[in-house]
Amino acid sequence: MAQKSGMVEKGGAGVWLTHLLMVAGVLVVFFPIWLAFVASTITQPEIVSPPMPLLPGDHFLENYSAALLSGVNVPVATMLFNSLVMAIGIAVGKIIISLLSAFAIVYFRFPGRTTFFWMIFITLMLPVEVRIVPTFEVVAGFGMLNSYSGLILPLIASATATFLFRQFFMTIPDELAEAARVDGARPMRFFIDIVIPMSRTNIAALFVILFIYGWNQYLWPLLITTDPQMNTIVMGIKQMFPSGDDVAEWPVIMATSILAMIPPVFVVVSMQRLFVRGLVDSEK
Amino acid sequence: MEKRVTFKGWLLPLLLIAPQVLISAVFFFYPAGQAVWQSLFIPDPFGLSAQFVGLGNFEFLLGDPYYRASFVTTAVFSLLVTLCSMVPALFLAVIADRLIKGSGIYRTLLIWPYAVAPAVAGVLWMFMFNTRVGVVSWYLGQFGYDWNHVLNDNEAMGLVVVASAWGRISYNFLFFFAALQSVPRSVIEAAAIDGAHFWRRFFGIVLPLITPTAFFLLVVNVVYAFFETFGVIHTITAGGPQQATTILVYKVFADGFVGQDLGSSSAQSVILLLVVGLLTVIQFKYVEKRVHY
Repeated sequence: MAQKSGMVEKGGAGVWLTHLLMVAGVLVVFFPIWLAFVASTITQPEIVSPPMPLLPGDHFLENYSAALLSGVNVPVATMLFNSLVMAIGIAVGKIIISLLSAFAIVYFRFPGRTTFFWMIFITLMLPVEVRIVPTFEVVAGFGMLNSYSGLILPLIASATATFLFRQFFMTIPDELAEAARVDGARPMRFFIDIVIPMSRTNIAALFVILFIYGWNQYLWPLLITTDPQMNTIVMGIKQMFPSGDDVAEWPVIMATSILAMIPPVFVVVSMQRLFVRGLVDSEK
Repeated sequence: MEKRVTFKGWLLPLLLIAPQVLISAVFFFYPAGQAVWQSLFIPDPFGLSAQFVGLGNFEFLLGDPYYRASFVTTAVFSLLVTLCSMVPALFLAVIADRLIKGSGIYRTLLIWPYAVAPAVAGVLWMFMFNTRVGVVSWYLGQFGYDWNHVLNDNEAMGLVVVASAWGRISYNFLFFFAALQSVPRSVIEAAAIDGAHFWRRFFGIVLPLITPTAFFLLVVNVVYAFFETFGVIHTITAGGPQQATTILVYKVFADGFVGQDLGSSSAQSVILLLVVGLLTVIQFKYVEKRVHY
């Protein structure tokens, strides 16, 4: 790093100015989150007579316990649990089916291989937003409305993870498979003992990305969870706003917004290295 | 690319690939086929029978001023979202790249918004600009500007654009920052020795070197604006005022689920399908040319 402090970077005032600009940028980007946090720690009267304060108040516990334990339509704790099931279900489901199919495509020659490969490839192209009405009908037909399987299964039909694993499996040295074959190891032994352990980092990186993808779903849960007990937190916030002229319970709604962002933010920040890697990988 | 060493057998690989193929068939190919099929019919108002109209739904859509308006809205919206998320991100990345120490902390803070769901981002921004309680709208009022995105088309569009672009700043920042870090220091130092000052170095050397990343982000952000901003629009404007913020994806939802016009909604799905296909092809072209990762 010695060369970095060469003639290109400025010292003294230049560095301070750079930090100043950076801090200003971060503050601007952070402002909406800060404001939501402040709103979640003050009272309704303080919010409805603008301008609301810009520093936190002392109603943190009151608002958060009101949100978690009673919410508006359904306790936020319930919605958090539903979101957790959905996000983990989608992430784990996608990873498992993708590992299996990528292994089949890379390590076997079987009839229909190319056809299946293209079948999977095409699913890259169609986000759920585009085919909502017929997908809704399929899920309704299976009686999967208001169920976890209805929340999870339609969203694990995507090819990104399969491609990522396929790319990675291609880089595993042929000698390993050769050795396994000579030793008489069956394919699944090779898969479990060699391939999966070698894919650990890719699996973890993908998990971070897919967890956030699943957690942040909005349209799909909005359509198929008509029972508030099955609402996820991200779609449930909008349901907390009253229809008509009633005034929204801002402190509770903002506490819910903060609660809705804590798990994905925690995952991203604590697994930052994996997250960045997953991001770059999954866009390749 | 093929493996030289493979295992024998055909039953096992078929079993391995079965879960993904089954799920794709049931939740992807069948619904997509249904969308194409339904787009050729107009169901009666009670949903009891449907009349075959061929391409009638498409003809109607393309002649429908609301649908054409939605195309324009989508184009404007995606262009603005892309600009508003890429320019600040590049600016922040350039600054962060100049820091020797501490860029890690800024990076950690700047990736927060990426994790915030579009729908939650919508709620946060709607709260700031709420006509009754919003802090920003109140201060704007103090300066004599009467903010009302519920009634004003342009203000509604501005708000959904900013709320959608906000989370993407994180994403674009990460890619720009990585690209900037990979620009060889020696090239920049050489230019500095030749007397090129910062902005000249930036436009002359750095920017051309990160163009592949910028193109890639351009395509990815347009795709994002098209398909992943439903939550923002639904929470802030619900497509209004009138249809000012009804982008194509929102219209599929509004016509299909709210308006119950299945024929039209399916035809719109099919048109979007073509748009996605096109964008995906473009995306792949640029991703292949992307050399810096």
